[in-house]
Formats: sequence, C-alpha cells, structure tokens
Amino acid sequence: MYSLPSLAAPCKVLEFDKDKCVGCNACVNTCPCDVMIPNPEPGEEPIVLYAEECWFCGGCVEECPHKALTLVPPAKQRLSTIWVRKSTGKEYRMGMKDPLPPNTRKPSGRT
Amino acid sequence: MNWHTYVNKTGKVPKWPYPVNYGKENIITSDVLIVGGGVAGCRAAIAARQRGVSVVVADRGFSKRSGSGGAGVDHWHGAVKNPCSKVTPKMYSEAAMETTDGYTNGLARYIIGSEGWDALQEVEEWGVQIRDLDDEFKGSIFRDDETKLMFAYDIENKHCLRIYGYNIKPVVDAKMRELGCEVYDRVCVTGLLTEDGRPGARVVGAVGVNDRTGEFYIFKAKAVVVSTGHTNRLFNFAPEMTESQSMTNLNQTSMGHVIGWRAGAELIMMEQSGPNVLSGMGYAPYSTGNDDNTYQGSRIVDKDGREVHYADAEGNLIYDEEGIFKSSEEGSFVIGHGIALDHGIMPKYKISGTDPDLWSKVQSGEYQMPFYTDFPGMSDTSRDIIFQLMLAHEGKCRVPIYENLTKWGFDPAQDMLQYPVSDYGKLPLNCSWCGTDKTPDNWRGGEGGFLTDWRLQTTLPGLFAAGCGPLPSQGCHGESQTAGRYSGRQAAVFAEAHDALEPSRAQIEREKARCYAPVSTEGGDIGWKELNYAVARLMQDYCGEYKTEHTLDMGIRRLKDLWDTEGQRMYAGNPHELVRAIESLSLIELGLAHLEASKARKSSCPILGFSRVDYPEVSDDWHCWVAVSQDEGGVKARKVPVDYYLQGEYSGDLEENYRKYAELEGK
Repeated sequence: MYSLPSLAAPCKVLEFDKDKCVGCNACVNTCPCDVMIPNPEPGEEPIVLYAEECWFCGGCVEECPHKALTLVPPAKQRLSTIWVRKSTGKEYRMGMKDPLPPNTRKPSGRT
Repeated sequence: MNWHTYVNKTGKVPKWPYPVNYGKENIITSDVLIVGGGVAGCRAAIAARQRGVSVVVADRGFSKRSGSGGAGVDHWHGAVKNPCSKVTPKMYSEAAMETTDGYTNGLARYIIGSEGWDALQEVEEWGVQIRDLDDEFKGSIFRDDETKLMFAYDIENKHCLRIYGYNIKPVVDAKMRELGCEVYDRVCVTGLLTEDGRPGARVVGAVGVNDRTGEFYIFKAKAVVVSTGHTNRLFNFAPEMTESQSMTNLNQTSMGHVIGWRAGAELIMMEQSGPNVLSGMGYAPYSTGNDDNTYQGSRIVDKDGREVHYADAEGNLIYDEEGIFKSSEEGSFVIGHGIALDHGIMPKYKISGTDPDLWSKVQSGEYQMPFYTDFPGMSDTSRDIIFQLMLAHEGKCRVPIYENLTKWGFDPAQDMLQYPVSDYGKLPLNCSWCGTDKTPDNWRGGEGGFLTDWRLQTTLPGLFAAGCGPLPSQGCHGESQTAGRYSGRQAAVFAEAHDALEPSRAQIEREKARCYAPVSTEGGDIGWKELNYAVARLMQDYCGEYKTEHTLDMGIRRLKDLWDTEGQRMYAGNPHELVRAIESLSLIELGLAHLEASKARKSSCPILGFSRVDYPEVSDDWHCWVAVSQDEGGVKARKVPVDYYLQGEYSGDLEENYRKYAELEGK
C-alpha cells in the first residue's frame, strides 16, 4: 500500500477499452488542456494526470482512431440527467444499473 | 487509467514525458502573428494567409480542438445577408445599440452582419454542412425549401441559422494548415513586444512558453491579432466542480486582455459585471430538460403531463409552435441568445420564454413538480431538429450529450427528459442547466475588451482584436468566426504596409524573468490553484455588487499585495504547472484592470450591471465608455462616446464607414 493524496474529483473522466487501445496517444495530443500524459510503457493506455482540468469537450473520443474511449460524466451529472419513458412511467439515468439497450439512431447530417 | 491506478499498479511515479528546457529560446518570424487558435484566430489566420502574407499561430492548446468553439456549434448568428433573411446589417447593428442604450459593439456587429453569411458560406465550401441536403426537415416551419437553410429563434426573419457544426473546428483548422499557416500548439503567449519596449507603442511581436517543454518562444511579426478567450477563472474558481459544466475551459484566462493591458492598450467595458450563471453546482450543458437556447420550442409538461405554455415577451401565452419563434412586436425581430445582448433586452427583441406565472401556479397546486421536456409529445420534425440536429452538433454536445444519452438508451421518441428540481424559485424555467439556487451568489466580469477602430485595430498600432474575448460585447461562434476573418484581413494589410521592427531585448528579458520565476524561486510553496482561489476571493469581495472608491482602492492594494507576497513564492513542478501559474498570476493583472475601470466610472450603470454605493445615480454625464490603460506613469482613464465609431473622424453612417475601412478590394 502506498501513501497517496486523495483521488481528485472527478475521479475518472475517461474509460479506455483495453481490447481496443493501442497506446497511440492520439487522445493525449488532441486534448487542448493536456489532461493526459503518455504511459511510460509503450503501447499502454495513457495516464489521466489532471482529471479536474477536463472540460468534457469529447475531442479525444472523436479523434481516437480505435474507438477505444468513453467520456465518463462526473457522478453528480450522471445523477442529474434523468428521463422517464412515457409509456411506462419508469425512470432511467446515465450510468444506471441494468440499462436500456442503446438507441442506435445516428445524428442528423452527413458528417 | 488515472494516475492513482498507475502508481498503485506499478509502484512508480511517472516521469515527465517531454524533454524540459526552461528558457531555451525559439525565435519565429512572420508577417502576421495570431495569438490564440480558437475559431476567431483560425479564421484570422486563413484570411491573412489568403492575402498572401506569412502567418504564424500560437495556440495555448491544440488548435484542432481548442477554444470555446472547438467543441462544435448548432446555430450561427449574424449571417443576416443570407438569401432568406429579412434583417439587414443596419437593423442587426442598430437593434444591438438600441437594446443596450448604446453599450454594445455597434461597429463589430455591422461588420459581422455584413460578412457573416460570406464567412458561413466559406465553411460550407470547406466541408461543414449548413443545409438540410437530404430533405429530412422538408416542409417544416424552420426551413426554407428552396435554399434548404434552417432557422433558429425567429422563423419570420430567418437571420439565425441552424447548422450541422459538430466538426467545424477540425474543418477550419485543416483549412488553416493546408494554406500554410505555421501553427505552434501548446504555446501560451504571455506578453506582447512593443517598439523599443515602450507601453502604448506599435506591437512588434510576442513571447510565450510551451506547456510541455517549458521552452521560450519569441515571435517577431509586423502585425498581431489577439484572439484569445474570455476567462471564467477570475471571479470563480473550482475546477473540480465546474469544468464539466463550463462552456469555457481553464486555458481561457483572458490572457489577450492582460497582455494588451500590460502593453498599454485601452480597454473598455471592463467594469461590467453580473451574476454568474455557470458556477458551483451546475449541470452539464444541455444535459437536463430545457426550453431555451438549443431547446427553444420544446414541449414542456409537469409531473402529471400537463402542458406548460410559452409566453411572449409581454407575458401573453402562446398556443401554437410558430408563435414561439416570433417577436412579440410586429415588424421587429428576435435577437436570440449568446451574443452578449441578453441582459435587460428590450421586449421587442426578446426570445419567448415559459409562462411567467408558472411559479405561482406551482404554489397553488395547478402544476406539479418536476417538469419534463416532452420530446415524445412533439412532432417528428420538431423533435428531430432539436435532438438529432442541434443536440448532436452544438458545442460540448456530440459526445457528452448525444452519444452518452443514446448509449444509455435514451430515445426521444419515447422518453421525457427531466428538468432539475432545484431551480423552481427562478421560474420561468428557461436555461435550466445554467445555474441553481443552491449556488451562493457570486459575480463575474462582463464582456469588456479592446477599444478598436473600424479596422478592429486596438489603440496599439499593429495589434488587432478578434473573437468574443478581445472584442467587447460580441459573442458566440459565428460572430467570432466572422470578426476573426475581418481582423486577419486587416492585419495582413497592415503587415504589407509596414516594415518589421526588431523587438527590444530588454523587454524580452523582463518578460522571460517574469515567466520563469515560479521555477527559479527557491522554496516556492504557492501552487497555481491556491493563487487562483485567492484572486477569485478578492474579486468577489472588492469587485462585486457593493463598490465604493475606498473599497475599490482596498481591492487594488490587496491584489498588488498578493502579487508581491504569495505571487513571489509560486511553485511549479513541471511546465504544465508553470503555465498554469503564469495564467494565475496574469489574473491578478486582469483583476486590476477590472478594479481600475470600476474606480474610473463615477456613476452606476444598470445596463452594465455596474453599481457604485457611493455613486448610486445613473448620470447622463457618464453615458459613455470608460477607456482605461496604463503606462509608466500609472493608470489612465478617459471618457469615450458610446457611438464613437459614428463620430469625429468617422461618418455618421455605418455602411459608409464599413465601405471605407473594410479592405474589400482584393478580398
């Protein structure tokens, strides 16, 4: 066990898919705020060093050539984005247990 | 993985991954230097390059994604010359002047109105979709079926366009690089260089520090465009809480204002202030039920499905969808949100809102909390234009909102999105994610910036302003792109007409010593965050709602004390922290500019959100701009007529001035 400062909040702003991330650091070099640094171990996923400087623009997610990244909203925001299915009255939220299947409809536009 | 995981897993602290060379000099020469690679800066770079001059861009982040506009946009203000628009540049500009009693940037608005449609057509040419090419919204009230353009806020006057802009920054960035503009990413410009190092003299370059390597950059240029962002770090600071909900990131520190202030430029409107709406315990932008801005026109229902009606600016309830997108006054138009004109806006230009009696109807039990955006209760086209188009393309929406919501199963055809419960004391509902009653009242600076002429040249020869930071009272994505494009053109014309001047080595040395103090001081124990919190504390205390000559002087003294004491004990463990420390120190200078401007205006001014306890009256003698600047002798302030751009050397006619100065030949 190490002596470490408390986890900064938000604790985890990005989820890396280990099966897809090849450690190319495209995300590191996209981030305008330099939130991440490359992992000293080549090929490994980057290290999120300054999570509290992430402003959640999603640029890193869009630039990832391997679609390995997910942007994780802070818990306070997962809990404040709530919806109700009109037909059943049931409540849902981002980050819920037993979620609904994804809605796969694409955004409008050709891009 | 996060840092803790890495350390726990490997038992090692990762070494700084980039080679560090504090103070190593890189000298870069160009005709035009652009400070800040956001949308305004990129457009300035492109416009200057297209005139044939060499262009260098210094960007604090990574220009493909940096700046407020780097995260996308769903509607474009100021393209009033689009073929469907019934608004003219004159109407656009004069409406802004009328609704603010003159306290607006009438000349920038005229330029934007004149060229906004050109600027938008160019991004279309480069690869941004601005029309409903696949006829998805054919026949809807928002669309012109001939041009396939779609409109926001006002479907009668059709001057504000809905666009598919989630990729707009990568597209503009690619164009800038393709044209041969030389881009220096990760370089924070920290100071301007002036002729002979004198304040108030011609600008001949700038210096900066790289936030990965710590190296020093000396940019020499014939003309400089400052296109940095507006800060949210001056009056408030709590990045752990606020970054996920902010529409500006931590890189935006109004550094352009600070370097201009230090170089002796005149700033106006710096005393403007207002309650902060994006602070504390807010919500992610657009992440909650809403009826405003991007959600304008969405159906609203209460807990039991009872519909909440919109109301026009006079409070008359609206029962049809078309009525939501019209002015309450025949012959007028809706200005719309986001272009620094919301405060105290005149009813005839105001956007519709929700039932003004909603709160009393909640108290009487007529409506039950919470409220919902009833997407399923809307027509397919009205729902899709908001969710599939605007919420998929607006800034900070594609990934954090559209992709995250749909990944977790949200389907607007079936699901209603809940409004926060915490805001009901502030009904009508409006922009629900912007702020909450649970946040303590606090204040922020306004939209002040550089005093410019019709060329958007500041009072320093060779320094041009662009974007919603440096240009006072200008705002939003489209306006910034358009004004940036104009400033770049003007900077190129200036560079063509002037010789390069060698910067003063003494000034470079002064700037360099200041930049590297946090890594050359023994025993530094004040980190950038600690200093930033202290600045925000002082600004809330001494530049808030209650100001007197005496308390403003106290604020000035304490900021200077902070600079002289804690500011001289800064700690930075690596180049990233060094640049953040330089930014935090620069906020002291920015705060001084706010306090000095507040001290200079001896009259309260509600339209600027400016109140003086010792000068409560709104005096006609002070219906003017207060231009503040500093030189070796101290701070200077002078009165400037609010419509200075229609007086003196200028014609009283907007179009005549525009034609004279716009450099349209050879465009």
